Amino acid sequence: MNIAGKIREFIQENLVVWEDDISFSDTDNIFQLGFVNSLFAMKLLNFVEIEFDIKIENNEIELVNFSSVANMERLVKSKLMQAHE
Amino acid sequence: MKKTVKCLVWDLDNTLWDGTLLESPEVKLKQGIPELLRKLDEKGIINSIASKNNYQDAMEVLKKNNISEYFLYPEIHWNAKSVSIANIQKNLNIGIDTIAFIDDQDFERHEVSSVHTDVYCLDAKEYAELHTYERFNPGVITEDARRRRHLYQEDLRRSQDEKEFQGPKEEFLAGLNIELLITPATEADLTRMEELTIRTNQLSATGKTYKSEELHAYMNCDSHRLMVWELKDKYGSYGKIGLVLLKLLPNRIHIEMILCSCRVMSRGIGTVMLQYLAALACKKNKKLTANYRDTGKNRIMYLAYKFASFKESGIYEDDCMVMEYTMNEQFVPAYIKIIDHVK
Repeated sequence: MNIAGKIREFIQENLVVWEDDISFSDTDNIFQLGFVNSLFAMKLLNFVEIEFDIKIENNEIELVNFSSVANMERLVKSKLMQAHE
Repeated sequence: MKKTVKCLVWDLDNTLWDGTLLESPEVKLKQGIPELLRKLDEKGIINSIASKNNYQDAMEVLKKNNISEYFLYPEIHWNAKSVSIANIQKNLNIGIDTIAFIDDQDFERHEVSSVHTDVYCLDAKEYAELHTYERFNPGVITEDARRRRHLYQEDLRRSQDEKEFQGPKEEFLAGLNIELLITPATEADLTRMEELTIRTNQLSATGKTYKSEELHAYMNCDSHRLMVWELKDKYGSYGKIGLVLLKLLPNRIHIEMILCSCRVMSRGIGTVMLQYLAALACKKNKKLTANYRDTGKNRIMYLAYKFASFKESGIYEDDCMVMEYTMNEQFVPAYIKIIDHVK
């Protein structure tokens, strides 16, 4: 599975309540949709670090980086690139 | 410093009772067990179970002896006890170094230690004395501590209802009638506030602990404001679950300390409080800054600050990083009603 797919799967599995038919696109702001609080965001951060074996620095902990599947994917990709350089 | 125990995880066979349930269904509780459970419970120490047995059989014995209600999230099955303890930790949302485990078998204690080096392992031989041990004696015992197990049990009902609720999360939360009561701290809150500073490790701005006397001094001091908050919903009160200590400066309000009990983290209260303080500062036309000190455990606090539009200012005061609030679009959850008793 690709990076976006893994992140999407994690979000879907870890939100306790979810309408069966709800859908969100990779660019939807999940905070604006009201799905998320800081506990969930923390779980998401842990997941991303462990799953992709990266360390998110303090200056990268910004709402914009976690606000959508696409933005998280961008962050992870840039971290993976740095790691390979 | 070794942490005060928040949860004691019991083995059953030859630890809580004499004998092995699989071999003799008529096992007898060890002497003084019900009293010991009650004592721990009243101190606010949660009891749980990690036992290799048939769930139904073991629960029957506990029920017959009228002690089943003392145990939260019992893990009774045939998996490794290290896994059971990880599950209990996750369910209670407490630090692994605040969990104690008592078992008569060396093997089990070693298995747990090998996975969780910070779990406090005890030999079943020690059971009668353990309530005298330092780590089983929190400095202060408050009303909230005495009700702790009930508070967790209410939480359990909440999350079961939440899981079973068919429909959008917002609708479920709106139906809870959540109220956040913010009040200036009073003398009656002192011991609970001290306890909160000792027990809260995750959503704590600095990890600093305060004695009642220190808090009392801040309460009566013109340069500071001390507030507590309580959360209620249709299931009952969560108790006093957070505090904030503000320093009032000519042009800014500085959050010296803010903390929120990990029990209510999933309700997004930390963020709501930060937003409340931002609105307060804005109304008084002052800047808002806040302390953050990395304790190795409170990264979620840093995240809460950042997501509530605080930025690192680059300034350090004492050993704390000063975070600065920057006006931004806020997403205030519509399901929480704030009741403000602070003038």
